[in-house]
Amino acid sequence: MIAHLEDVIIQTVCRILIPFIQVYGLYVIAHGHHSPGGGFQGGVILGAGFILFCVAYDINEAKRRLSEKLDTVFCSLGLIIYSGIGFTCLVLGGNYLNYSRLGRILPVDPVNARSLGILGIEIGVGITVMAVMVSIFLDLVSRGKHEEGLG
Amino acid sequence: MELIISKYNYWVYIILMMIGFYAMIGKRNLVKKLVGMNIFQTAIILYFVSTGAKRGATIPIVEHGHGEVAHAIQAAHYVNPLPHVLMLTAIVVMVSTFGVALAIIIMLYRRYNTLEEDEILELRK
Amino acid sequence: MKPLALIAVLMTGILLLYGTIDMPNWGDPDSPASIHVSPRYIEKTVEETAVPNVVTSALADYRGYDTLGETVVIFTAAMACILLIRRPRK
Repeated sequence: MIAHLEDVIIQTVCRILIPFIQVYGLYVIAHGHHSPGGGFQGGVILGAGFILFCVAYDINEAKRRLSEKLDTVFCSLGLIIYSGIGFTCLVLGGNYLNYSRLGRILPVDPVNARSLGILGIEIGVGITVMAVMVSIFLDLVSRGKHEEGLG
Repeated sequence: MELIISKYNYWVYIILMMIGFYAMIGKRNLVKKLVGMNIFQTAIILYFVSTGAKRGATIPIVEHGHGEVAHAIQAAHYVNPLPHVLMLTAIVVMVSTFGVALAIIIMLYRRYNTLEEDEILELRK
Repeated sequence: MKPLALIAVLMTGILLLYGTIDMPNWGDPDSPASIHVSPRYIEKTVEETAVPNVVTSALADYRGYDTLGETVVIFTAAMACILLIRRPRK
């Protein structure tokens, strides 16, 4: 197979850039209310940061940071957050995904409770999209064997 | 002639759709067909988003003063937001089908050791 | 094979271009898509949801079910890739 190429320039630049990329992804998720952005966009940016790490370093290094089992748990965690907020609204007496009912357990009025509900489900969607991007990339790039580097 | 000049965005996106469509049915390699499918889906998304544009309008984020200073919100001042919302779903579906299609191509390569469609049809007989 | 594909593409293109005669002009503020329900979303989003971004409030509040279905779609795509490609280790 192709030998793994350890290039000093690529590794140094990625080591500097990846924290900024991840902070920018969190910024895009959190500011979905006031500027273009939201859950999907921020999740893709977070996933792209992790894929850049996989490209620059070895795949085994990346799997030491985020193993496949933890990645699959994150895929489901985002959906559980989304449906969990919907079920909480159902239990509190309204329709499914009617966020104004969350104003009964949170100390805000119903209009701002909708805003907080929107933030909650955007966080869930961002976690799921990040985990799915990383999972599909790790599956496709190593063809299932998961034991050799990217080269 | 006015039919072309006032609607030239539809013409451009339909030409892009037809380029992707020709790649899907005219090429022999499976990965090239997949790239054609991607071009087709991207052209459809652009076509939809362009139907919501308005002359002289700005992006659909309401600029209201926080708290006291509230202007009247005019809908003709902002771009139609519904095509943007629906096309976010379409982009996610595009990425999902691309991922699963690449996984199927990997499985086909493991089984037949080639990626040209006529050789695969020969080997199946 | 290739000339046949070219003829099919040209015929489909001509049919689609014939269909754009009925579409509204580019940049028309009175097109039927822009006066049906989206003025209601633009005018009522701040007083009903306190979120200025109309795209986010329409995606997550007014059309929340569609976003739930879409998240399930991308989750299913990840599961399909895992089931197709990963081989069990001996």
